[in-house]
Amino acid sequence: MSARRRGRREITKWAGPTRPYDLVKEFVYCLVAVTLLTVVCAAVFSSPDERPVSLEQWAQADPHDFVLTAVAELGGTSGTAGYGPPYNSASDGQKIGPLSLPKIAGVHIPINTARDLVITPLGLISASSPDLQQSIATWDASSPAQQATWTDAYATAADAATFDVNGLPTGISGDVGPVSTMMNALVTMARNGGLDGALSTEKGFYNNDYTKPMLFLGDGGFMEGKATAQHLGGDQWGMMNEVGNYPGQAWLWLYTVWYQVPPFKTSGNADALIWGLMMVFTALFVLLPFIPGLRAVPKRLRVYRVIWRDHYHDKS
Amino acid sequence: MSAVDESNWTTAVRDRAVDAFPPTELLPDRQPAYVASWAYVFGMLSLVSLLVVIATGCVLAVEGPSWWHNSGTGHFVNSMHLWSVELFFVFMVLHLWAKFFMAAWRGHRQMTWMSGAIAFVVSIGAAFTGYLSQQNFSSQWISSEAKDGLNAAGVGSYFNVLNFGQMFTWHVVLLPLCITLLVVGHVLMVRRRGVVEPFDDDTVATVATVASTETHVDPKPASAVAE
Repeated sequence: MSARRRGRREITKWAGPTRPYDLVKEFVYCLVAVTLLTVVCAAVFSSPDERPVSLEQWAQADPHDFVLTAVAELGGTSGTAGYGPPYNSASDGQKIGPLSLPKIAGVHIPINTARDLVITPLGLISASSPDLQQSIATWDASSPAQQATWTDAYATAADAATFDVNGLPTGISGDVGPVSTMMNALVTMARNGGLDGALSTEKGFYNNDYTKPMLFLGDGGFMEGKATAQHLGGDQWGMMNEVGNYPGQAWLWLYTVWYQVPPFKTSGNADALIWGLMMVFTALFVLLPFIPGLRAVPKRLRVYRVIWRDHYHDKS
Repeated sequence: MSAVDESNWTTAVRDRAVDAFPPTELLPDRQPAYVASWAYVFGMLSLVSLLVVIATGCVLAVEGPSWWHNSGTGHFVNSMHLWSVELFFVFMVLHLWAKFFMAAWRGHRQMTWMSGAIAFVVSIGAAFTGYLSQQNFSSQWISSEAKDGLNAAGVGSYFNVLNFGQMFTWHVVLLPLCITLLVVGHVLMVRRRGVVEPFDDDTVATVATVASTETHVDPKPASAVAE
């Protein structure tokens, strides 16, 4: 027996014919080749860098969509308002069968859309506007049922309204309470660029957390419309793509492919189900050497006869 | 000559290191004759691609995450960073397929396969956080899409893709550190256990020898020697 024992494991070493090998030379040659290839690719293909969208751009380009999204944030009917964990407890989040992993993880990034995305930013500019100050006070003093009546009426009116050159809806009527004043102020603040800063710097001068403005943008159709036009939509192989004609994260194909096919394509729990599926695949991949049947596949495929063709040729 | 002090930790670590990785195996000048295929070069290409990724990433880190948006030089370095990542994944996938076809986990090399597989998975995370750290439209859209998957898995509470600062530190510190440790361990395991031998086509027993036991008998004893 030609082996050295090391605890529970033993190491066997090849005693057949050997050939000269220069590990350092191979390393240097490969390093030079890959560096040159990288430089050539960078010089020829460059890299994409499309500027991010902002709330300011959104309010200027599509005030209708902005206002409808903003009033949904105020009324608690937006996607984020009903999202569930980790932002709030409005729902249990997605499930795998009876199991809700988001609910188990809990609410760790609390977001109150009305307070965080509308009222607090408006509070920053209300000192110079008695009307706005009064409107916020009226909103805060009213009941949830009354607030819902106002936001519903405003959303219906704004959806049918035309917008003037300042991005403000015209001809708003009905029982909208203080909402019209608040929305006009928010649109104006957004178009001036103030809302981007207000949502990003609520924790102080420095900021690295863009959760609030990103959730606001994600609730509207402006960013999604731009992404879909660039073939980045969820049903267009989504986030594995990149703007322009770049390869993007092609290695995410096995994750992204499930979003394109039933039943995941139409499931309300698609994200949870696909993540569960990918965890199983990842475990199979990592633990492949221990899985009977799967670990024998290479032997049956016989591709190794191509890789080691010289060896088998010499043996025969 | 003084006696060996068995209580000396330094001596013990040095002796075990030299015993496990003698210089001739750490930097070999000969290898088995069957290692004669281009399939073997993808491992080295993956390794050097990772070095280019880290080097270009370090240059970007020196100037900060906004530099490449406002500088032609910075944009070029970012392009190098991007393309070295693409090459890294191409070579790594080819390396993985080659090792799969060789059933390279045979001969008590399961940990070598597993460390490589985990390095691949962690690399996906590192590339993903890189895309989130670009501070452009791609970052916005990818993070907006990805949050739903991570939240559905219960991960979003602690790994908030909309938090640039968190994603940036994962990208430039934590994940590169994990990958480096995994790759170093992977390479050392390859050097320690050698390259897997070809299948002996006279028997299929080789495939079934992955389970490690005290009484394991190598299916090719004639081709193996004691160290």
